[in-house]
Amino acid sequence: MDEKNTARAAAGTLLRVDDLCYESGSQRLLDHASFSLGAGLRTVVLGANGAGKSVLLRLLHGLLQPTSGRVSWAEAQGRALRQAMVFQRPVLLRRSAMANVIFALKLGRVAASACETRALTALSHAGLMHIARRSARVLSGGEQQRLALARAWALEPDVLLLDEPTANLDPTATREVEDTIMRIHAGGARIVMTTHNLGQARRLADDIVFVHQGRVTEHTPASTFFAGPKSAEAVAFMQGEIP
Amino acid sequence: MNTLGNSFIAAYELIARADPTLLAIIGLSLRVSLSALFIATLVGAPAGALVAIADFRGRRAVIVVLNGLMGLPPVVVGLLVYLLLSRAGPLGELGLLFTPGAMVIAQAILITPIVAALTRQVVEDAWTEYRELLTSLRATLWQAVVTLLWDTRYSLLTAVLAGFGRAMAEVGAVIIVGGNIAGVTRVMTTTIALETSKGDLPLALALGLILILLVMLLNAAAFATREWSAARHG
Repeated sequence: MDEKNTARAAAGTLLRVDDLCYESGSQRLLDHASFSLGAGLRTVVLGANGAGKSVLLRLLHGLLQPTSGRVSWAEAQGRALRQAMVFQRPVLLRRSAMANVIFALKLGRVAASACETRALTALSHAGLMHIARRSARVLSGGEQQRLALARAWALEPDVLLLDEPTANLDPTATREVEDTIMRIHAGGARIVMTTHNLGQARRLADDIVFVHQGRVTEHTPASTFFAGPKSAEAVAFMQGEIP
Repeated sequence: MNTLGNSFIAAYELIARADPTLLAIIGLSLRVSLSALFIATLVGAPAGALVAIADFRGRRAVIVVLNGLMGLPPVVVGLLVYLLLSRAGPLGELGLLFTPGAMVIAQAILITPIVAALTRQVVEDAWTEYRELLTSLRATLWQAVVTLLWDTRYSLLTAVLAGFGRAMAEVGAVIIVGGNIAGVTRVMTTTIALETSKGDLPLALALGLILILLVMLLNAAAFATREWSAARHG
């Protein structure tokens, strides 16, 4: 895994984060974070609740503006990378599952003639064809999150950001969501997701960005991290985890 | 039998035989108030949604004013529209004074703030939920407004209905700008006011009963629609 990681990372830097800070009121939620991510990998931002993972992800996606510091994404063939984000609580519109996907495509300026085909493809990849016509908000929690994934997938993102996508789900639904994330990654999207769940990090991560009280204490390949984290904070986090 | 009892019987007869004068008055009332509501919704709903989600200087002041305008006194609105539309007024050439058109204008002014202020509340709640998604999908301000209005459409029924109720029930504005001319600008509320002062209680009472009934029916319909939508869309 390490060798593969290195090879892929050598293909180019996808994202550079320089001295990133974010303050809300008098609270510093992210404190001088610096790291860079290579292309092609699945990065898991790991840390306890309130560590600043979600803030970091929102800064990367541009939903929050940094107090200081910079986020610079690479370009792909001279255009900005396409990003999509999936949230902890899926935000679905009061319309059918299919219409939710088409809505995102239309905002993404996809030609109207192509929307339906692309939406259907994404729904079928996520195994949601049977609920395409159903109203999105009455689906089960797991189905809702997979629909949010399908909606993001349909946008054919270069980078998919996920903020604790399974935090509210039972184990079966979690497994289904993880499978869907793996398939989106296999389809060519770079994955950056946050979690506080060590098991999930083990299953999904190529590399780990560990966040503790607003600081990035380490960024290491997953195999290295799980063999023995470098930072004392990560060691404590792993010891505190219920197996 | 007392006056009230007699009036009720006479009112019932008027309704039962679908008295043409009665029907004409009800028809005009509905036409005027629905037209005013149409204009108020067209203007007030997008304006309210815009105030809910746009970030601009003086937004708080706009919200306070908007909420305050919900309580506009109908007679004052009537007076202002009267001054605007009177022969010497800036819009006097339109010749709208004492026509149903003038009544539509007055009622639209009266209820646009109601629709806008209530829409603002509903849309602002939805915006807290949708904000990150719509920002992530790079929706423009206008796309966000349209999306939020569409997604809250069943809740907005209440806002629209509040506006309609106000328009149907007010008498101060329409009596000033309409003039309460029989067969031309006489609506339910102005008729009730006039007939009561003349002592012709049955017509006034019949109209009063129908007015209450109409408002009840509309509220029931809106309630049923919301229940249905909650079951269907969550």
